Amino acid sequence: MAAIVSLRNVVKRYTRGKHSVEVLHGLNLDIETGDFVALMGPSGSGKTTLLNLIGGLDTASGGEVSVAGERIDSLSGGQLAKWRARHVGFVFQFYNLLPQLSAERNVELPLLLTSLSAAQRKKNVQTALAIVGLSDRAKHKPTELSGGQAQRVAIARALVSDPTLLVCDEPTGDLDRATADEILGLLQSLNREQG
Amino acid sequence: MKFLPLIWAALWRKKTRTVFTLASIMVAFLLFGMLQGVNAAFNATVDRANVNRLIVANSVSFTESLPYSYMAQIEQLSGVSAVSQQNWFGAYYQDPKNFVFSFPAEPARWRRVSPEYKLPEDQFDAWARTRTGAVIGIDLAEKYGWKIGDRVPLHSTIWTKPGGSSDWEFDIVGIYTSPDSPTRGNQFFFNYAYFDEARSFNKGRVGWYIVQVQDPRQSAQIAASIDKLFGNSTDETETKTEKEFQQSFLKQIGDINFIVTRILFAVFFALLFATGSSLMQSVRERIPELAVLKTLGFSDGRVLWLVLAESLMLCLLAAALGLAVASALFPSLKGAIGVVTLPRVVIIEGAAIAVLLALATGLLPAWRARQLNIVDALAGR
Repeated sequence: MAAIVSLRNVVKRYTRGKHSVEVLHGLNLDIETGDFVALMGPSGSGKTTLLNLIGGLDTASGGEVSVAGERIDSLSGGQLAKWRARHVGFVFQFYNLLPQLSAERNVELPLLLTSLSAAQRKKNVQTALAIVGLSDRAKHKPTELSGGQAQRVAIARALVSDPTLLVCDEPTGDLDRATADEILGLLQSLNREQG
Repeated sequence: MKFLPLIWAALWRKKTRTVFTLASIMVAFLLFGMLQGVNAAFNATVDRANVNRLIVANSVSFTESLPYSYMAQIEQLSGVSAVSQQNWFGAYYQDPKNFVFSFPAEPARWRRVSPEYKLPEDQFDAWARTRTGAVIGIDLAEKYGWKIGDRVPLHSTIWTKPGGSSDWEFDIVGIYTSPDSPTRGNQFFFNYAYFDEARSFNKGRVGWYIVQVQDPRQSAQIAASIDKLFGNSTDETETKTEKEFQQSFLKQIGDINFIVTRILFAVFFALLFATGSSLMQSVRERIPELAVLKTLGFSDGRVLWLVLAESLMLCLLAAALGLAVASALFPSLKGAIGVVTLPRVVIIEGAAIAVLLALATGLLPAWRARQLNIVDALAGR
């Protein structure tokens, strides 16, 4: 299988005030299409930094980052935004839903950047919410949902535009053990069925 | 349009703050609508001034009178087609707050120089032959429920009768309309002969002359001729076009335009900071949410536009509400300014100011949102 993510000699350096800290030192990594990969390591080891580079949220200080055969380390900010909209779905530890929007409006957000009609967007949103088992919570605001339900909405939002890659940064970090298992199970089944 | 629910929801994220901000902008636009509406109504009155008419007043002040004998001399001048005279009667009906714009006039002369007043012939004849007769504007008739045949008492704040009384009684004999000059529908004209005979002082004198000229291009020349005619007399004159006269009359009250502009400038200047800081705070609170939008693929430019659109929506909504309330309240000023609807130009100006306000207050927070670094924002840095 071809590598969907390929990193070559990737270096990431942060400058905070007068101090420069190198977080990634010449990293090489290949992730195959359909893989379900978990990054593990102590706090500060660079897990989030690596995910940010793969997801196109940040740019490397050196080396090459390719996703689905496209070099993203050389894309401009505007190009990266378009690329993210097309290729990446993000799930965060704290769900990062917009509190003023209902679940279905939150899920619809990535589709606003497409040329889909309102009816098509609604249909896709319903499908995504059905996949995560939250069809009956479509009109609920994030504050009206449990942690697990909110994370399911976030997963639906990440899936709705049918991304090439799903990047999840500690998706169970804010959940109790049972709900965390449930979310991981959902992600694994999604990977099996749609990855 | 597809972003509208997103913008609307962001606007109402903190309902109390939005309501207060909306209310403060709304009140500013209500004030704008009322003040600028009055200003526009006065300007419209001046703009509608007849270009064929000159006003001859005493050069000392238009409150000083002129001899009635000037009339015949002015009539003899070349280019003058008609002359009439008026006095400021300064009266009210029953209560000082019921001010009535009332003037003694000579019916035949009045009709020749004031073609904008439409009075049925039989009513005009009744006025000409009734010593205490008066003709009134349709708005005034509606305001007090006056009709032809009514006897109306007015109390003059200037003119007394020989017995010392300031109360004057008039018989309503005609009701005129002024379709081309709606602000003139609240005036009250009565016979000069009755006035001059009954007043206790200043007999044989008039307030000012209204001179109808044949060709408005000769107005300046005729005005100079009139002033030259009475130069070095005890009552020198100053002749102006009707427009100039009305402008100077309004300035006696105060430079309305200047006052209104300064008040509104102060209001909107204060509003700039209040609204700007509210929007800035709103963006500051939403930094992680804006970062999420960028994460999902919203470009920097689109995020800037979303915040700016929010500011536009807030300001336009508040302006619309403020101007709507002003439109609803404006008819209550009819008695004072004679206009019943908020001039359209005020609504257009209001919309333009709302857009400018939105841009001025929204640009900085929008720019801040545009410059947001996703990684730092998500990490809470």
